[in-house]
Formats: sequence, structure tokens, C-alpha cells
Amino acid sequence: MKILWFAWLRTRVGSAEESLTPPPDVRDVRGLLAWLKTRSPGHAEALKNLDVVRVAVNQTYVQADHPVAAGDEVAIFPPVTGG
Amino acid sequence: MIRVQREDFDVGAELKALTQGRHEIGGVVSFVGLVRDMAGDAKIGAMTLEHYPGMTEKQLGEIEAEALRRWPLAGSLIIHRYGRLEPGEQIVLVITASAHREAAFEACHFLIDWLKTKAPFWKLEDTDKGAQWVAAESRDDKAAARWVKK
Repeated sequence: MKILWFAWLRTRVGSAEESLTPPPDVRDVRGLLAWLKTRSPGHAEALKNLDVVRVAVNQTYVQADHPVAAGDEVAIFPPVTGG
Repeated sequence: MIRVQREDFDVGAELKALTQGRHEIGGVVSFVGLVRDMAGDAKIGAMTLEHYPGMTEKQLGEIEAEALRRWPLAGSLIIHRYGRLEPGEQIVLVITASAHREAAFEACHFLIDWLKTKAPFWKLEDTDKGAQWVAAESRDDKAAARWVKK
């Protein structure tokens, strides 16, 4: 699974892209975020407040109950500020 | 039409290109977003726009398609820049053209409101108080929400 981090989430995690294999009990976005939190203090800091975290799976916005699978591209980022 | 680019754009040239030879067009509306030099009480030296290549184009394309479903547009264009920009520089251009002005005005307003809450861009401001990521504003969500169909 490809995990992409953007903006201040990227700086806290310390990496823009990670290639990871989550444990089999990680089935949805909620589970994935909970598992990612345990990977490092930077990950935990980045995902401390999920109110300011948005997730896209395969470049489409999704909610916490959306399923995730091995080949997915999962992007994790703060609320957008373009325009 | 969607363009995501580092380079600046020429509003006059884009307006001309969109309307040339299209005599069914009766009104064209354009919105240009610029880099401000202040953020609260901090002075901005420059800002860097980061985006998510691939998803940016996909989201902008979906937003444009939604505008085309809602209004009878003869043409539309969204250009959004990324990279380092200084105060006064152009960030974003939205152009809508239609037979009548109402559709062009409303569609242009819709596009910039939706783009601000959906297109995956993030601004990092370089200020006299240090570098800071711009926080999303609830007023932008409210502006976008007015276009949600009840």
C-alpha cells in the first residue's frame, strides 16, 4: 500500500511517501490511521487530531469507514487551502 | 479545460483564446486570485503552493464537469499555479463563458468556491514571523456550502 503525506502532515511524519504493508486486521481508513499512529512519534504527532486530517483513497475523498486494500494509494493531508 | 502549472498566465490571452470565433458567447466572467502580502498581522515574503499531482487534475475536472451540468456554459477554463509565489503574483484563474451573463457569473462563483474546499492544494507562507501552513477557513466551507443542492 502506498501512503502519501502532504503539507504539515508530511513534515511531522518526515516523509512524503511510504510503501507499507499493514497487518491483515487493518481493513478500513479508521483502522489504517490507528495503525499508522503507532509507527513513530512523528506519525503519532501528525495524526493526533483527526478533525484536521483528510483522506483520499486512489485520489477520491473518503470517510473513515471506507475500505483499504493492498494496492491502494492512500493520501493523508490537512484541509485544503488552494484558490 | 484544466491546467495546473508552475508558470504565470496571461488573462487577456486566455480570454481571447476561449472566446475567439465563438459568436454564440454573450458574456464572459473571469476570477483571478492573487497572493496577498499580509496574513493576520504577519507580513508575507512569499508562499509555496504544494499540491497532489494527479488528484488535483481529477478534482478540478470533476468540479468543472459539475459546473457544466448545472449551467449552460459555452466554455470554461481553470488554471491553478503551484510552487513559490510572491505577493502580487497570480495564483488562480477561473473563466466561464455563456450566451447570457447570469450563467457565467454564477458558474464562475461556484467554481472558485468549490475549488477552494476540494482541490488538493496547501499554502505554506514565508512570513516575518517564520514559515506557517495556512489553516483552512470555515468561511470557505460556508461559501462552498451555499452551492450544495438541497
